[in-house]
Amino acid sequence: MRSTMRAELRFTLNGAAVETMVRPQARLLDVLRDTLGATGTKEGCGEGECGACTVLVDGRAVASCLFPALEAEGKTVLTVEGLRNASGELSVVQRAFVDKGGTQCGFCTPGMVMATTALLQENPSPSDDEIRAGLVGNLCRCTGYVQIVDAVKQAAELAAKERP
Amino acid sequence: MLRLDPFKVERPTTVDEAVALLAAHGAKARVLAGGTDLLPNLKHGLHQPELVVSIGGVAGLRGVKDAGEVLEIGALTTLAELERHPLLAQFAPGLARAAAQVAGPQLRRMGTIGGNLCLDTRCLYYNQSAFWREALGYCLKKDGSVCHVVADGKKCVAAASNDTATMLMALGAEVELRARDGTRRVPLDAFYLPDGAKNTVVDEGELLVCVRVPKGSPARREGYAKLRHRNSIDFPLLSVAVALDVEGVAPGTVTGGLLVVSALQARPLRVSLDAVRGRALDDGAIEELGRLAHGRCHPMTNIADDPAWRRDMVPVLVRRAVADALHA
Ligand SMILES: Cc1cc2nc3c(=O)[nH]c(=O)nc-3n(C[C@H](O)[C@H](O)[C@H](O)COP(=O)(O)OP(=O)(O)OC[C@H]3O[C@@H](n4cnc5c(N)ncnc54)[C@H](O)[C@@H]3O)c2cc1C
Ligand code: SF4
Ligand code: FES
Ligand code: FES
Repeated sequence: MRSTMRAELRFTLNGAAVETMVRPQARLLDVLRDTLGATGTKEGCGEGECGACTVLVDGRAVASCLFPALEAEGKTVLTVEGLRNASGELSVVQRAFVDKGGTQCGFCTPGMVMATTALLQENPSPSDDEIRAGLVGNLCRCTGYVQIVDAVKQAAELAAKERP
Repeated sequence: MLRLDPFKVERPTTVDEAVALLAAHGAKARVLAGGTDLLPNLKHGLHQPELVVSIGGVAGLRGVKDAGEVLEIGALTTLAELERHPLLAQFAPGLARAAAQVAGPQLRRMGTIGGNLCLDTRCLYYNQSAFWREALGYCLKKDGSVCHVVADGKKCVAAASNDTATMLMALGAEVELRARDGTRRVPLDAFYLPDGAKNTVVDEGELLVCVRVPKGSPARREGYAKLRHRNSIDFPLLSVAVALDVEGVAPGTVTGGLLVVSALQARPLRVSLDAVRGRALDDGAIEELGRLAHGRCHPMTNIADDPAWRRDMVPVLVRRAVADALHA
């Protein structure tokens, strides 16, 4: 069944206002990747199991594969493309993932990085257990998670140092 | 990759608008709250709504209120909010702990209590893609005429798999349902039906607006235990909730309460605590409760794990739920 029905959607993506037309059944992930070309966000399972599609909506980490695009109306969305600062430097979380080797094939990484970004906003110095609890919705089939937890710890330390 | 079939979306902003839309579209409409159950099911072709009524923007359905004898929890309150809510910590800590065990953190920020209570029942032969189900000739619950779990079965036995329902039933909660022509309150015990094809009394045109949880006495202890392979993401393979009224010095005397077991069939199963009422809640009493529950529970192949193992785990989970109630 094809449908030409479209609905208007306005939201803020990585600090910029976006206005676009979407199919009513589109998911936020579809709009990001297919309509807006922001392919940093990945689709792993498409069913809420893996966390690869994690983005922040109004600061909360959610699964964009199950997030109806129209529900983003008027909201603020942050994806991995929006993490660099104005001078183009990687965020502390991104740097820590690079430094600690918290990534192998990289497919889970944008989701891990977004979930970590949200976690550190809620809890700037998490314990190992809190890190694991914060990332239990993100699966990685490569790293074995050890380097990922190390990366989150390093990100927390870097952020503490760089805080004015 | 599975894609969603087209549907129209309406985004009402009041309960009246929402129930008017539901009344006008009847069986062709579906409510969308967090979408974490509905969207996967739509992808699998399990429902084909023409209209999705998205209630995320409806005012007044979010948050927990202290309403005297009960806590009133709005249908749109997310599971993540419940996990940390100070009113729950004080008056319904078991519910906070059950909510904290649903799915993973992303989905708990999206998933609502209303959606959790209205979760579609689950079955190994149902929660599959249309292609997969077609290969098996479908089943009673959707598009077919046989049940793959019960030979010659005439009724679907897909499993209630919602974590908060088990706990809320033990706590004696009730839900408030609103339709265009009025409101009714239904105790959870009467809310769930023994039919996996439709396991709640929610009628076409009705919206669940809130859950009312009795605050209970200071003697009430609440515990929850869930069986699953990973400590995250997975639905329950078995779940046990207990509300225990315990008085006097430890181990204390049982004066009332209820045990509920779920992830068995379409309806959570109540196990009365009469056998231990008036007795000390010692190891012997806990063992007896486990035996009683074991006798009543008959796990089936609707969940992809050995039913005999799941049955053996019933007394273990009863013990864990009671320990959670006494030591949390
Ligand atoms: C990978 C994965 C793992 C999961 N694990 C668990 C788990 O461990 N335990 C668990 O309990 N759940 C689990 N879930 C299911 C789901 O995330 C939760 O049950 C969640 O609470 C559903 O709420 P929702 O708001 O997203 O519901 P929705 O998907 O929006 O709705 C679910 C159903 O309820 C109906 N509905 C919703 N709100 C109302 C209302 N107010 N009135 C009337 N009808 C309504 C909808 O029409 C739909 O049929 C899991 C889901 C996924 C994808
Ligand atoms: S219990 Fe039987 S009828 Fe129900 S979903 Fe499973 S196979 Fe289908
Ligand atoms: S792609 Fe969204 S959770 Fe896997
Ligand atoms: S790095 Fe490959 S899935 Fe995580």
